[in-house]
Amino acid sequence: MAGKVKWVTDIEKSVLINNFEKRGWVQVTENEDWNFYWMSVQTIRNVFSVETGYRLSDDQIVNHFPNHYELTRKDLMVKNIKRYRKELEKEGSPLAEKDENGKYLYLDFVPVTYMLPADYNLFVEEFRKSPSSTWIMKPCGKAQGKGIFLINKLSQIKKWSRDSKTSSFVSQSTKEAYVISLYINNPLLIGGRKFDLRLYVLVSTYRPLRCYMYKLGFCRFCTVKYTPSTSELDNMFVHLTNVAIQKHGEDYNHIHGGKWTVSNLRLYLESTRGREVTSKLFDEIHWIIVQSLKAVAPLSLQPVMNNDKHCFECYGYDIIIDDKLKPWLIEVNASPSLTSSTANDRILKYNLINDTLNIAVPNGEIPDCKWNKSPPKEVLGNYEILYDEELAQGDGADRELRSRSGQSLGPKAGRSRDSGRTVLTTWK
Amino acid sequence: MLQEESDLSLIIAQIVQKLKGSSLYAQLERQAWASLQRPEIKLESLKEDIKEFFKISGWEKKLQNAVYSELSVFPLPSHPAAPPEHLKEPLVYMRKAQGSWEKRILKSLNSMCTELSIPLARKRPVGEQKELLNKWNEMGTDEPDLSLFRPVYAPKDFLEVLINLRNPNYENGDSLSFRTHLGLIQVPLKVKDIPELKECFVELGLNTGQLGIDDSTQVPPELFENEHVRIGQKVLAEQDSAAAQQYIRQGSPTALRAELWALILNISSQPEDILYYEQLKTNVIQHDLLVDSLIYKDVKLTASNDDYYFVFEDYLYQVLLCFSRDTSVLSHFAYNSASPPKSYIRGKLGLEEYAVFYPPNGVIPFHGFSMYVAPLCFLYHEPSKLYQIFREMYVRFFFRLHSISSHPSGIVSLCLLFETLLQTYLPQLFYHLREIGAQPLRISFKWMVRAFSGYLATDQLLLLWDRILGYNSLEILAVLAAAVFAFRAVNLMEVTSLAAAEAVLADLSTLKVMPLLQIFLFATVT
Repeated sequence: MAGKVKWVTDIEKSVLINNFEKRGWVQVTENEDWNFYWMSVQTIRNVFSVETGYRLSDDQIVNHFPNHYELTRKDLMVKNIKRYRKELEKEGSPLAEKDENGKYLYLDFVPVTYMLPADYNLFVEEFRKSPSSTWIMKPCGKAQGKGIFLINKLSQIKKWSRDSKTSSFVSQSTKEAYVISLYINNPLLIGGRKFDLRLYVLVSTYRPLRCYMYKLGFCRFCTVKYTPSTSELDNMFVHLTNVAIQKHGEDYNHIHGGKWTVSNLRLYLESTRGREVTSKLFDEIHWIIVQSLKAVAPLSLQPVMNNDKHCFECYGYDIIIDDKLKPWLIEVNASPSLTSSTANDRILKYNLINDTLNIAVPNGEIPDCKWNKSPPKEVLGNYEILYDEELAQGDGADRELRSRSGQSLGPKAGRSRDSGRTVLTTWK
Repeated sequence: MLQEESDLSLIIAQIVQKLKGSSLYAQLERQAWASLQRPEIKLESLKEDIKEFFKISGWEKKLQNAVYSELSVFPLPSHPAAPPEHLKEPLVYMRKAQGSWEKRILKSLNSMCTELSIPLARKRPVGEQKELLNKWNEMGTDEPDLSLFRPVYAPKDFLEVLINLRNPNYENGDSLSFRTHLGLIQVPLKVKDIPELKECFVELGLNTGQLGIDDSTQVPPELFENEHVRIGQKVLAEQDSAAAQQYIRQGSPTALRAELWALILNISSQPEDILYYEQLKTNVIQHDLLVDSLIYKDVKLTASNDDYYFVFEDYLYQVLLCFSRDTSVLSHFAYNSASPPKSYIRGKLGLEEYAVFYPPNGVIPFHGFSMYVAPLCFLYHEPSKLYQIFREMYVRFFFRLHSISSHPSGIVSLCLLFETLLQTYLPQLFYHLREIGAQPLRISFKWMVRAFSGYLATDQLLLLWDRILGYNSLEILAVLAAAVFAFRAVNLMEVTSLAAAEAVLADLSTLKVMPLLQIFLFATVT
């Protein structure tokens, strides 16, 4: 009997609620029988926790994977990518190839990062190698640019030194753990301004890995001109692109919100730098995303039960491009902001949720977790297949290396004639 | 036959005269002297050998490009005894109308100046100069108080002037009736109809590949795009302006566009060009002009709020402030119906020896002017190159969009072309809109004055401007405007007020221009 999908959410955002209502779904509370729960990250912890958790039945879907924090906590993401790289190196995979300086050729996409206070001494060693470098301190568990600051002197982070004698500092619980990363002080500037990329990636399953990239990602520009000068290290308007921060700047504009579409970026780069390097950049960005997902794929499932079928997740990837057109993965967000800063924004986020729901809950009907999670092409909306492990493996040995131009994701992505396949290049 | 020959030799003489003053001439001379060292240059056949050398080394091509560039703005052949005003604008009533419009603008500028007690120009104190130099790359962060400044005029003011244009020599015998006053423009200029446009824009036809249509995701690149890109690269390698202009009629690949436009406009960044730009920058630093505030205000009102162009705000100041001090722009007034406004040194009003052009480049910016520059920022990120390209685009095309003239690419002709196309091919729509008080030109005028900048998505706008360069004409703007109305005709037939019509046509950002143009010109049943 086809009933109406019963939904619950603990995030009161209109872009969500409007989408549920337009499908004719029925709102219930979490204590009732629900089919679809859009939960915040705190709630997901309870659902899957060993003590308070409960088994999800076949007609229930949630919007997070149980161990998503392996990717979305800054320290764990770095740890997992480092582990992944070592694993590949151990098995002799060509992906783990290094160059003559010991840098990974294909997997060097996270800026050098250390956990504090755990890796303090390692960090100091690295810092002393290039003492004029700038580093960025980020609290592991916070978002929206909160608590971030830049340093260029060891004295600025004395507090985190492991055997610090200034014991007045309260002992660090995991909540106060920080990561410190090499600051990318040569970001690509457009119009003299720094920007970062926010890309939305939907993962419907990890085993096999099936992920989709939202075509309408955007660039967030800082309102103030970028300067690497050390005097401006404290000026967060120069360095942090989070809208939550930029919104309070004097020059913040509420019409465009300091945002550009990714297609604008592509047009600009192709016009000023040429097509090959632009395609290569976007290929690398897709590569980074897929590799990061592969790194955590084995961990996203609890050892005991297979929760993959009940979950999907829409991540917000933050990427910075440096002036050599190399992309760097800065972080991954599990709950990308659903607040809208401009009218365009609202439309974008509404459509994002809409397309996400179309893939995760096909036909808007009560989910049946036994389905194979393979949506037909038509429902993708503004999503494109980024990587489909099943299809990729089905090719086997004769998987072709596709030529770059015209095949990478972007405004021309639909060109790939067999749309189920990966559209990325340089897969080995 | 003799007349044509003497016309031709007159044109050649004029172009030679013009080029003799250019840096290209100096370079050619230097090259010729240097070539004497070469073994293949023999004294007996000096002239032929040097000519051959020029051909092989590509200098002849450069000369060809320069000549071609001159020809593109060369006024139409006229009677040898025609006075210079005739070259600017042959019709007297148009000249008069332009003259009185200019007087009005200048009056408005002067009165703003008096009201606010700000001088038209003043030298900056040294401290201020230093400050400006430091802030040169981020003038956008400056927040001067601009609330008292108003743009000197907006497109709709200009439209009113055009609506009131009348040819005193024209008497068509009809009494004032419905049929004689269908559209807003009431002057009898010759405009093309669709068959003539089809001939003129033949490369936009259904059987010819186009970028903007045939490079879409559904079409395999082997069918058109790859070959077109290959040809484009070849054209660039040859460095031939005329070939580039022909090529770009089918659109330019994104990666080649910056170079192609530079080739067509004959811009090559020589050291003296960069030096010239630096000189202009110094002028900006040293002197403050009232028009600077107008420019600031315009950028803040338009480009800063635009989804595509806000990023380039600082570049716009760097280009426009320098532009207003560039006296080389004055030379385009030889073929522009407009004349640069004159102002007098304080206290010497009326004395010709103390007259100066104000602003130095003779162009007073109006509301939306900065949008001419904004799309170019997507192509050029080096300020002096960006500047040169903009300046050349202005003196070849954009000036025609805000001066009253009878030129086929002038705004008056464009308006008339637009109205005529609608009346002839969409009579029902035209009648309906007129009935509800929504004269179509009132809506489309602002699109044409700005060459659609700020209304179309940037990639579409660039495809449109490709064709402006390719056909060396702005008529395509009027055709596109009509095509947009044709596209939204169904919705427009249902509206009952001007405001509602404006709303239907408020957002053009999703339009794809090439299919619209192609359908309107080549696929509409007439």
